[in-house]
Amino acid sequence: MPASVAHTSAPTSHHYTTLGLDSRKVAIWAFIGSECMLFVSLISTYLIYKGRSIVGPFPHETWTDPATGHVFKPILNIPVTSASTFVLLMSSLFMVLALAAVQNKEKPKHTRGERVLGNSKLWLWMTAIAGATFLGFQAFEFTSFVHEGLSIRTNLFGSSFFTLTGFHGAHVTAGVIWLVTLLAIDYRRGLGSKDSLLVDIAALYWHFVDVIWIVIFTLVYLIK
Amino acid sequence: MMDSHASMTNLPDSAEGQAHTPRAEEEHAHPDWSIYWKVALILTLITVGEVWAFYLPSFAASRGFVPTLLFLSGLKFTIVVMFYMHLKYDHRLFRVLFTGPLLVASITLIGLLFLFGHLHIKIM
Repeated sequence: MPASVAHTSAPTSHHYTTLGLDSRKVAIWAFIGSECMLFVSLISTYLIYKGRSIVGPFPHETWTDPATGHVFKPILNIPVTSASTFVLLMSSLFMVLALAAVQNKEKPKHTRGERVLGNSKLWLWMTAIAGATFLGFQAFEFTSFVHEGLSIRTNLFGSSFFTLTGFHGAHVTAGVIWLVTLLAIDYRRGLGSKDSLLVDIAALYWHFVDVIWIVIFTLVYLIK
Repeated sequence: MMDSHASMTNLPDSAEGQAHTPRAEEEHAHPDWSIYWKVALILTLITVGEVWAFYLPSFAASRGFVPTLLFLSGLKFTIVVMFYMHLKYDHRLFRVLFTGPLLVASITLIGLLFLFGHLHIKIM
């Protein structure tokens, strides 16, 4: 049997590239790169259609319906979205603390502060709760928009806004599910430093979702 | 080179945590809590600054409003990617995998904005 065949048919328990990098980490970065292109395409669509809606409601301007005379206020609620942005930013802090806790699991902890910082379950819970809170804010926002007369079919703004933020929300939902699975593993057998790559990959995805929101918050909500 | 690769590819699962080459190990030295909370504070302050600028009518109507917000947003983006995603400390291949598609996407975005008349270049 040729050596190459023997090599590939042997049971493999490694994931390393010739650079000494784990293939799973290379894969998540490649995935994040492709996700960048997806979100930039959605952001491009939003920006191209910005200001081209014929009928309201509009994001930052008041609009009066000529048929009914009903006055629509600017639809975006900046204080609520600022709060949800803060929550998502904090979730990124919790996520890096969860990763650090898993990486340093075997190190001895002498003080109460070290024990708190080394509690991976606590930080994973905090991240998942922050993510779920962000989704709650988004559900509130979407519901209030529909009540105020803006749906995905109302105008170009509605179509591009709900598509962009909806895709982002779906990514956050996937991230929360991912975090819950990590928590389940942590409760079942405990996450140790040998599992740090599992948490690192989830953390990279979570931070990516955060940086996308940083861009969306500025381009969609703050720039008039 | 071949030897080091062969030795790495035969590692058992239990050895994954120690499986990095010395170079990769060095590049995985991530910051700790003392850096992370400062980064979170800076991100919060920048966000507060952005929202504050939004509620300043004179500044919001000025020419500097959009470039300022774009700069602050880009700064936050870079800080998260560098410190929380550890791109500052990790292998440069990850930087290429991230910035390459991001660059292509950004150029496409700018091209589309020109194409659809959202950006203009004045020619005499």
